[in-house]
Amino acid sequence: MAPPFGSAIPLVSLVPLSLGRWLLEPLQQGFLMRALLLGGLVAVVCAVLSCYMTLKGWALMGDAVSHAVLPGVVLAYALGLPYALGAFVFGVGSVGLMGWIRQHTRVKEDTVIGLVFTGFFALGLVLISRMPSGVDLAHILFGNLLGITDADVVQTVAISLVVLVLLLVRGRDLLLFCFDPCHARSIGLRTGRLHYLLLTLLSLAAVAGLQAVGILLVVAMLVSPGATAYLLSDRFGPMTLLAVLSAVLATLSGILISYWLDASTAGCIVLVQTGLFLLAAVLAPRHGLLARQHRRASPPVR
Amino acid sequence: MQQTGSPPPERLAARALTVAYDGVPAVEQVSLILPAGCLCGLVGMNGAGKTTLLRALGGFIAPGSGSVRIDGLPPALAQRRQRLAYVPQSEQVDWDFPIRVRDVVMLGRYGRMNLLRWPAAVDRRAVEQALERVDLSNLAERPIGALSGGQRKRAFLARALAQEATVLLLDEPFTGVDLPTVQLIITVLRELCAAGATALLATHDLEAIPTFCDRVLLLNRRLLAFGPTGEVFTQANLLRTFGAAPALP
Repeated sequence: MAPPFGSAIPLVSLVPLSLGRWLLEPLQQGFLMRALLLGGLVAVVCAVLSCYMTLKGWALMGDAVSHAVLPGVVLAYALGLPYALGAFVFGVGSVGLMGWIRQHTRVKEDTVIGLVFTGFFALGLVLISRMPSGVDLAHILFGNLLGITDADVVQTVAISLVVLVLLLVRGRDLLLFCFDPCHARSIGLRTGRLHYLLLTLLSLAAVAGLQAVGILLVVAMLVSPGATAYLLSDRFGPMTLLAVLSAVLATLSGILISYWLDASTAGCIVLVQTGLFLLAAVLAPRHGLLARQHRRASPPVR
Repeated sequence: MQQTGSPPPERLAARALTVAYDGVPAVEQVSLILPAGCLCGLVGMNGAGKTTLLRALGGFIAPGSGSVRIDGLPPALAQRRQRLAYVPQSEQVDWDFPIRVRDVVMLGRYGRMNLLRWPAAVDRRAVEQALERVDLSNLAERPIGALSGGQRKRAFLARALAQEATVLLLDEPFTGVDLPTVQLIITVLRELCAAGATALLATHDLEAIPTFCDRVLLLNRRLLAFGPTGEVFTQANLLRTFGAAPALP
């Protein structure tokens, strides 16, 4: 992306710029407006799902699945299919393979995850380098929010809506599945199906997040907002809301910062997210480091 | 719930139930029948297979062989018809989960709600009644992590109550619990069983068993003894359950 005023100005010019101009000027750029809208939508989707990921303890799984979708995305591009389809097949397929290897060998689970997702990712790299397709490796690895094509916008919006609707309809059952799978079974829910539903949502959200920040950093979109909100709330509803707010804030400000600094968009978004998490870790009213220290200094009267 | 004249219906039945992990049997050839109104204690050493047996009876793990019937139904069907409630060991619960006491109890109603799990008036009433019955109404807004050991157990018992199941499986309901809570749990279980439900609970609290269990099941991988508390809960049987060195294969 070319810097907005030539290469020398941006960093220095930040200081005299009024905040209003800093915010408003980019909005007049069509491509940037589009990046902000799409990034915001993706942030919402990933943030809601991230609450389930952090509560279920699936951060590593999220990382694995988001890498494992690569060959699916490449093949789908090459065959002219929606890339969500390819991502879904390979995302869920990789988890199925992990489960199979875990069951039929003596290798431990984290080892299996490490083996399978790197294998899938490597397959994706080879496919990209050998297949005559319009896939740009750098865009897939690091995201390309500022240069996203119309077709990608349509697909990402469609995926996001599907994920949000599924979460709206099945979210409560998924939450029960995360909290107490045994109870979920005892009231007749099919926990196997819920497991695969959550995996499917993870694969789909990974593809949506891939548009924003690329495969390498998509796990941040799927973990950080939930982790930040988890420190701030003891109820799931407010936790979801806080996760969405922090993710949207991080994504929008990350995009703007990357525009003005001419820095990596994905990097800026994830850096802001990490910063928000650190803030929450220190300042959260009940679970923050300061509050904990304060409690230790003066234990509450019970 | 019961008709006079006819014998009480079988609530929980197992025939030659065997469960193995990686080929190593954890529970072997257990058969039992618990009629309606029965309160049965499940006793055995650590590692004797108590939790495994409870989970197999609830249909959470598929048995290697043998069969289970809950209210005469296969477990999967009994689960869908809300016949079964399971109260887990405290160690199996994530107490940092962002959920309030009232919401935990509401989980007991999910199987009776519409697909979107929007609680109706009847669900809310059942939750408030269950909270009342275990004396947690004043703590309903607390996150579960803020509760004491006894309060936590009562919250999960309330969930089972809200579920209105006919068969209750409880894994170590008395562990890490204060005496008033033990008394409260026993009272509630007795009332449930008097109304026609059946409860099977694993416990290490041997002293309490004769005070409220009408049946006892002694387990060490195999069923050692099973029957009315007066006949089965004897010094000799307890020695077989706890005292003897583990048998070599």
